[in-house]
Amino acid sequence: MEISKMPITLDKDIVEYIEEVKQLEHPESYLISVLHKVQGRYGYLQKVHMEEVAHLLQVPAATVSGVATFYHFFRLKPSGKYQISICLGTACFVKGANLVLDAFMNELGIEIGETTSDGMFSIEGTRCIGVCALAPVVTVNGKVYSQVTAPQVNEILHKLKAEDK
Amino acid sequence: MGNILQAYENLKNSLDHASTDVDSHGQIVIQVGSATCENAAGAQLVRAEFEKLIKTTGRKDIIIKQTGCTGRCSEEPIVGVFMQNHIGVKYAHVTVEKVADIFQEHILGKTPVAKLMLDKKTDQLYEHVVTLCGSSHCRNKFYESWNATFQKLLKEKNISDKEVRVISGGCIGMCQHEDHDEHGVMMVYPENVIYRFLNEEELEDIIETQFVKKELATKHIVHTDKMVEEYFKFYGDVSFFNKQTRITLRNCGIIDPESLDDYIHAQGFEALAKVLQQGDPEGVVKEVIDSGLRGRGGGGFPTGIKWNNTRILNPTDPIKYVICNADEGDPGAFMDRSALEGDPFSIIEGMTIGAYAMGSCKGYLYIRAEYPLAIERIENAIQMARANNLLGKNILGSGFDFDLEIRLGAGAFVCGEETALIQSIEGKRGQPVMRPPYPSEKGLWGHPTSINNVETWANIPALLLRGADWFKRIGTEGSKGTKVFALAGKVNNTGLVEVPMGTTLREVIFDIGGGVPNGHQLKAIQTGGPSGGCIPFDKIDTPVDYESLKQIGSMMGSGGMIILDETDCIVSTSKFFLEFTKDESCGKCLPCREGTLRMLEILQRITDGHGELEDLDKLHRLGNMIKKTSLCGLGQSAPNPVLSAIKNFREEFEAHIVDKRCPTQTCQKLISYNIIVDKCTGCTLCARRCPVSCISGAKKMPHTIIQEDCIKCGECFNSCKFDAIEKI
Amino acid sequence: MLEMKKVNAIIDNIPVSVNEGTTIMEAADQIGHHVPRLCYHPHISTEGACRICVVEVEGRPNYIPSCATKLSEGMVIKTNTPELHQTRRDLVELMLNNHPSSCLTCERDGNCELQNLAYKLGVRDRLFEGSRKRYETDKSSPSVLRNPEKCVLCRRCIRVCSEVQGVNNLSQLYRGVDTVVAPAFGNDMIDSVCINCGQCINVCPTGAFLAKDDTDRVWEALNDKTKHVVVQTAPAIRAAIGEGFGMEQGIAATGQTVTALRRLGFDAIFDTNFAADLTIMEEATEFLNRFNNGGALPLITSCSPGWVKFLEHFYPEFIPNTSTCRSPMQMLSSLTKTYYAEKMGLNPEDIYVVSIMPCTAKKFEAVRPEHVTESGIPLTDAVLTTRELIWMIKAYGIDFVKLPESDFDNPMGYSTGAGDIFGSTGGVMEAALRTAYETITGESSDDIEYKEVRAVEGLREASLDINGITINVAVANGLNNAKTILEKVKRGEKEYHILEIMACPGGCVAGGGQPLTDAGKYVYPMDPTMIRKRQEALYNIDKNKEIRKSHENPYIIDLYKDYLGEIGGEKAHKLLHTHYHERTPRGIK
Repeated sequence: MEISKMPITLDKDIVEYIEEVKQLEHPESYLISVLHKVQGRYGYLQKVHMEEVAHLLQVPAATVSGVATFYHFFRLKPSGKYQISICLGTACFVKGANLVLDAFMNELGIEIGETTSDGMFSIEGTRCIGVCALAPVVTVNGKVYSQVTAPQVNEILHKLKAEDK
Repeated sequence: MGNILQAYENLKNSLDHASTDVDSHGQIVIQVGSATCENAAGAQLVRAEFEKLIKTTGRKDIIIKQTGCTGRCSEEPIVGVFMQNHIGVKYAHVTVEKVADIFQEHILGKTPVAKLMLDKKTDQLYEHVVTLCGSSHCRNKFYESWNATFQKLLKEKNISDKEVRVISGGCIGMCQHEDHDEHGVMMVYPENVIYRFLNEEELEDIIETQFVKKELATKHIVHTDKMVEEYFKFYGDVSFFNKQTRITLRNCGIIDPESLDDYIHAQGFEALAKVLQQGDPEGVVKEVIDSGLRGRGGGGFPTGIKWNNTRILNPTDPIKYVICNADEGDPGAFMDRSALEGDPFSIIEGMTIGAYAMGSCKGYLYIRAEYPLAIERIENAIQMARANNLLGKNILGSGFDFDLEIRLGAGAFVCGEETALIQSIEGKRGQPVMRPPYPSEKGLWGHPTSINNVETWANIPALLLRGADWFKRIGTEGSKGTKVFALAGKVNNTGLVEVPMGTTLREVIFDIGGGVPNGHQLKAIQTGGPSGGCIPFDKIDTPVDYESLKQIGSMMGSGGMIILDETDCIVSTSKFFLEFTKDESCGKCLPCREGTLRMLEILQRITDGHGELEDLDKLHRLGNMIKKTSLCGLGQSAPNPVLSAIKNFREEFEAHIVDKRCPTQTCQKLISYNIIVDKCTGCTLCARRCPVSCISGAKKMPHTIIQEDCIKCGECFNSCKFDAIEKI
Repeated sequence: MLEMKKVNAIIDNIPVSVNEGTTIMEAADQIGHHVPRLCYHPHISTEGACRICVVEVEGRPNYIPSCATKLSEGMVIKTNTPELHQTRRDLVELMLNNHPSSCLTCERDGNCELQNLAYKLGVRDRLFEGSRKRYETDKSSPSVLRNPEKCVLCRRCIRVCSEVQGVNNLSQLYRGVDTVVAPAFGNDMIDSVCINCGQCINVCPTGAFLAKDDTDRVWEALNDKTKHVVVQTAPAIRAAIGEGFGMEQGIAATGQTVTALRRLGFDAIFDTNFAADLTIMEEATEFLNRFNNGGALPLITSCSPGWVKFLEHFYPEFIPNTSTCRSPMQMLSSLTKTYYAEKMGLNPEDIYVVSIMPCTAKKFEAVRPEHVTESGIPLTDAVLTTRELIWMIKAYGIDFVKLPESDFDNPMGYSTGAGDIFGSTGGVMEAALRTAYETITGESSDDIEYKEVRAVEGLREASLDINGITINVAVANGLNNAKTILEKVKRGEKEYHILEIMACPGGCVAGGGQPLTDAGKYVYPMDPTMIRKRQEALYNIDKNKEIRKSHENPYIIDLYKDYLGEIGGEKAHKLLHTHYHERTPRGIK
């Protein structure tokens, strides 16, 4: 019986990478590496991509989604145009990171892990990024804002909105 | 088998080191840090600016050297300028604007810019700086008397204090000499020589020759470790650094982490060559056992024993693995990142030696995905090592094969636990599994596996090069060697410090860390991160070692050291840690999954002002149960921050519960804001800022806060320009 | 045989000497000390996650999970101290605190392991109560309901789905207190590779997985005067139904079941075993056709709807090998709405067919679009599990144990011994061989017990010599075993002629709809002794039957003569056969 082929939408190089690791010992152990590549390319892990990874790597889809949801690094939803990451490491906490986080959540009306309805901002809490001396630290799309205080939050958001226009 | 040492020498000679060697060939070397933290502080921009300026001068003798992180985070970006026959100068907080001054005045004008220098208390520049060994080994006995003698002699010879500055330094590394107890040691800059003296006559001779005749006192020169000499050459004149003893971080901030050449010329891979030449894997294990090295990841299990177990427990299994745990998850700790970014080769070398000792030919580096630069550096280092026959087949012609693969973590603190880490490498959810069997018997894919953390691996090359006897002399009876700490929180010099085991907390926080800023009082020291505890101020003289920290209710942990001052609320700090462990609980075992949630709820109740005294008993009951029944180390230690906080700061908990008061005014629900009528000018700013419009009052008339509606956000307090709002 | 090395230790002051490798829990069991436990399940891998079975081991600072720790020489163990008791009590309370307090209306009330523990350990008040997780119940599947609120995260369902069934439909998603057990991507069960076998239901200590309850629909039909309600009971029902009424395991209660059904008000009571005989007729013919004419071999049985769905998700390449025979249930339903309707002069639309099955996958099979009559109505209207029937009987107030026996109704109430053993793994194979032998050889045989294919274990192979022809057969129960054999076929390791595949370990007698053992009785689903006893009940029926070969069933002979015509002929095909199709999401082997 002819078995239908699964249509693949992942980029060719990622498919090739999977084919490559399938030749190695313990191919299933590369699942996390593959998911890193997929998220690196598409910004987050879409269901269809995870299904394709499961199929190509021959790892049960339930395992793939179990892994993708276990690790905080993997995003299952697209993030906003501006990804605001508030460091919640100890040094930042001691210097008031929670107040900064509250301020961002209040200003944007969203919780950690959510994106504003206009798709502009999303907030995430990160663990220590090792810039403890500049605590509390916030990064927006990788750009570091140091020694942020709650009242500055409004300013930062204002600037970002202005930049966008 | 060929001559491995010869192969190593050939490799060393084939690398042209001169071009990057600081202060050789009369070059001017500008050293710029290039770790994540440095970059965040702007190091890349600074470097680009220097490059631009060098280009405009067209000079070929000014070169830029990138290094890893020095650990002096609060002063970053740090730039070093090194010229032959001049004291190396480090500049702090360098910005693009300051680059021009440094370049003009110092590099072109040969006059250091005193006001920008790191830890510079005065504008004074010295001709010479002398570091007198004052490490914890020798200081108590001799430092004071040698220092007095030294000062006396300088005075006698009319050498002004502008010429020579004398400071107390850490261990210069003479400890390995049998008679180190008897003599004094000093290092002189910019000559970068170390003198040894046994009595006043010898000291006088050195001073006469060096500072009066301006010649080298050749007969008193001694050579010590290259590792130590290099470190002191760079940093010996700065007290933050010279109180430290660097083994793990020996090359961090000194060599270019992207240069194999630099590493090899810092004796890199010499230990590996030596070990392979000796051809005695069992002997290597024995050496590590003898050294007393214990795991630096937190647990403190003797590394040599672990290696031996991996070597022998499953003798019929030909496959063995070594793993480097670089999933540094403790919030507020970044020792591993710094080591990976600053000295990646030493980890590769350490793992290769370990693999040889245990009979493994495959290793994995499990690194946090949140550390892109570290990943890049280690990838680069692996490739270079492979290209130069330091990894791969038949390493240095020894017949020994070993290779390394990088696996990325993905944000799960629990993967620091070894069985969870193994699961994660296997591509699964990082949930711990029951031990026994321990990984040393059945680990990765069921094969014997030895997992050590970054700091442990980084110690190995130094240990094997200098031997167990050398290593054993550093540290205390039960804890040998050094430990790296990430100092953070309410301390002046935040950053990375490496100190011999047995150094007291006071020395770390006050002598190196520079004490608590803003004139505040030290309240507690949090070590061991989410697994550790809060150490109260009265335990400040406790030496840092595995047992002592445990005894006072905390633990060594991976090396986070957070300083709290009297403005920090202990209850909310312990809540912070519990929130962390609750979020990071893998969810597998019941006590950790459900218990941390309930403990957190109780703490939340207390900080909200709804606590009852019996809540403290409940926290105890739950905490002890979680500790005794959880599956892995995360759960078994999760209640520690709370239990130790209750033990040491019970009154503060009771204030929250009984008086419904947060003594540090941190817990929002327990504070209120009041307008001081006499001070209020009626500017209306607070009323406009208040998000719930609960401040009323006519213009230019004192305002009032309607307490029932106040959400205690603090906006009014922060915005008032007349200090007319009080927080009670 | 080498003598096992012994390990000596002291448990609760009692010296024990056990074989090396014995766990602390097993050793304690041996001396009659039952350490409380929850996530532990003897027939799947050890998890060690609930920590309720912790014990104190001298010299160890922390408690040790007895299920996951092997006894070692000289251990001194306490399984009961006041501290341990409090610890276990607190652990169970923590579990309760994140669990709905709806015991009174929960289907598992009375045989819930969590409830039983809370009772035994004396959780009488709540010390640490707080927030509780909230989830919607996933009611998408016609077979299996998933209620994460009741889940205690013991991972038994995940383990059975993966280790026994090889389906890997379930995984834990997210982590910590947010952990939830669900199919991939949190999909609904209906959009997953779930094969509806219901083993997750059987192993679940609470009510996080339940079979869909269809009793209301059946009550309604019974009270609908316009409906002629026909019921059929599968072979495995009689082997286990008594357990639901406190009867001993392994006692067949055929006659009482029929009486009970009659008292409940069913208009006709047929035996699925009759259709089992019919299946043999069709399947044996199908086999011989393929065997003689070079068709796709091995022929694979199709009685188990869990296996059929597994085939469609995981091994669509074997669809041509799989027998096109409808399952006995659907054959009987099909005939009820045609043959029986005609015979009785009933409009098929007025007939309501209820099937009592040991199986949850049958509920799905009943709603498959392939299984409809010519006019498009479903062949089977409602499928009840054995458990559902037990409730109905209890709800009606029938004292089952006291019931007199009575017989099924004709013309579809008589079965041969061959049909009776369908409920056990290997039963279909044995029944088929009895008929195939005689068809091939053309002679009658008395040597009809093919014990080589009877097994409790999951996989058994046999080679039979029939008239000089070697027939290679294999019997697999539990789909991981099916995988093993199918992969062997794919690799071409051996040429098989017939494969019998049953989804559930032990076959239908241990199906996902069978009675659960009472919590606290320490017998778990998949218990080999329990399975053997239920199987024995069926083999005893067979042994005592006069006619033991399907093709000798007089009612079957009449059926072909009066109605169906040729075996495997056109009419038989239309009514008794079906087809399969590849399914998404694709299963990963």
